[in-house]
Amino acid sequence: MSPVATPVIELRQVAKIYNPGEAAVNALDHVDLTIEEGEMVAIMGPSGSGKSTMMNVIGMLDRPTSGEYRLLGEDMSRKNDNQLAEERNRRIGFIFQNFNLLSRLTALQNAELPLLYRGVPGPERRETSRKALEAVGLGNRMHHRPSQLSGGESQRVAIARTIATDPAIVLGDEPTGNLDSRSGAEVMAIFQDLNRRGRTVIIVTHDEQIAHHCKRIVRVRDGKLVRDEVVSQPLVASPGTMPFAGAGGGRG
Amino acid sequence: MNIFESVRVAWGGLVGNKLRSALTMLGVIIGVAAVIALVSIGQGARAMVTEQIQGLGSNLIMVTPRGGAGRLYLQDVADLTSRVPELAAAIPDLTRQFTVKWGTSDYSTTIEGTAPGYEQVRNQNVAEGRFLIQSDIDQRRHVAVVGYKVYTDLFGERDPIGEQILINGSSFTVVGLMEEKGQGLGMNYDDRVIIPISTAQRMMGTNRIATILAQAKSSDQAAPAVARITAIYEKKFPTQNPPNDDAIMVQSQDQILSTVNTATQTMTLMLGGIAGVSLIVGGIGIMNIMLVSVTERTREIGIRKAIGAKRRDILAQFLVESMILSLTGGLIGVLMGVGLGRLGSLINIPSTVSMASIITAFVFSAAVGLFFGIYPAMTAAVLDPIEALRYE
Repeated sequence: MSPVATPVIELRQVAKIYNPGEAAVNALDHVDLTIEEGEMVAIMGPSGSGKSTMMNVIGMLDRPTSGEYRLLGEDMSRKNDNQLAEERNRRIGFIFQNFNLLSRLTALQNAELPLLYRGVPGPERRETSRKALEAVGLGNRMHHRPSQLSGGESQRVAIARTIATDPAIVLGDEPTGNLDSRSGAEVMAIFQDLNRRGRTVIIVTHDEQIAHHCKRIVRVRDGKLVRDEVVSQPLVASPGTMPFAGAGGGRG
Repeated sequence: MNIFESVRVAWGGLVGNKLRSALTMLGVIIGVAAVIALVSIGQGARAMVTEQIQGLGSNLIMVTPRGGAGRLYLQDVADLTSRVPELAAAIPDLTRQFTVKWGTSDYSTTIEGTAPGYEQVRNQNVAEGRFLIQSDIDQRRHVAVVGYKVYTDLFGERDPIGEQILINGSSFTVVGLMEEKGQGLGMNYDDRVIIPISTAQRMMGTNRIATILAQAKSSDQAAPAVARITAIYEKKFPTQNPPNDDAIMVQSQDQILSTVNTATQTMTLMLGGIAGVSLIVGGIGIMNIMLVSVTERTREIGIRKAIGAKRRDILAQFLVESMILSLTGGLIGVLMGVGLGRLGSLINIPSTVSMASIITAFVFSAAVGLFFGIYPAMTAAVLDPIEALRYE
């Protein structure tokens, strides 16, 4: 991280207010946050702390009520819906707690979906997605539908869907929340691998154990950043060995 | 995302719910099939009536008193022949229903009094024996030419020439048999006995005639002939008010044809319109099911948006779905409609399947898909991704 490099993510006085008026909820209360390229950050906080809202703003699913959000130096606050959709497609890879795969489609078709919206031609799309599925160890599961896959496998399809798009940022929203400890460890190992290969990884979680796999932990409460700490010795996930505490927990 | 990809995605959505897609399509299928079948029947009826009117003869002009002051006598036939150069022939006509007896069998039929020239004007010849000649008229002979149905029903297909029959109690000698012509316009041209006009007048106790049937020399001469004849009778029976209420009605075959055509056209449009309503109901079915589909797939829409689908991608997906429903329905409906039309022809309901009705029904079904698909597709396209992802 050289000081002249442009941060991947810059939030400046970002606020998100729901129900403006008497019953206003300050989901984000003028937050400043900078994340540099190659970081692996956990955003932690209890339910209703605003961590999901922060995630949605960073992922451009939501717009801040006020403040500035720069992604790779570019101001996202001024973009319209179509431009945001394009930015999401190019820069962001989402991994959700409940996988969010389309049940009608096979693993391969699910992994192809973002490339379809990017306008990548069919053969190239299939080739890229096939490689991504092989990379997450699902080379033999490509034509299975989500209902025929385990939770861990489903989450790996979702990761393959992300890898296929080669995003700058991988956003995980409680990515291990619905997984048993073994599958959770596999997923975390993939996240750490992605980070090692230079991608910026941000994980929203309420699980300390998961958070300590990251290099930095940002703690949120009542829409404000309350602590920003560096993890000196991040845990290293290796499939099958990680002692998951409270895997399968709730959501923030 | 290009249109082929949109079609692929939309197709996937429809195949995912086969029964529902099929039932939705059924509405359009029935609508389109009904439009085509009913319009075909309307046009078939029109074609049949047209053919029958043309079967009356060629370049025919009918001169008929409208009642009131208008009167026609045998002399009028001769007058028209000499004063209207556009005419090739003119014959008198006087018909009434009488009982005909032969031996022990009797038979009620139309007795038509007329004159030589009938064969030419009516476009129907004698099959056996001879037709009426001028001396039959002049001498008021009791001779008769029988139609084909009279021949089969009364004579049981025995040679009728030379036989004696009783018409309304008077004895007639059969001198000829007309060739078979068939029915049309509620008349059976074969179910009649033709006798000299003079004999018919005496038998019916009148010195008038019912109609003059004239034939123009060519189709071009029909209109001037009509104009000339009309002028003659306007002079003879000055028009009273209202002005179009002429005492004598002069109509060419073309005029009758266009009158009938207007009527059948209206009928066809009405039938098509009623069927069109069912097509619109089919469209409402599409809209209904697409709205349900959008709600059910809210989460899918959220996922697609999260990974980069734009509004227009979602719009296209759902719009193409409703278009596939309506176009496939339209296509199957066209096939069914054409099939129904053919079936109608087989069981003697005249029907003519026209390309125009097929294209109209198909385009209309596409328009229905577009019109009723746009609102559900818009609803899907403007969904908020976060809300949509949260939807259970």
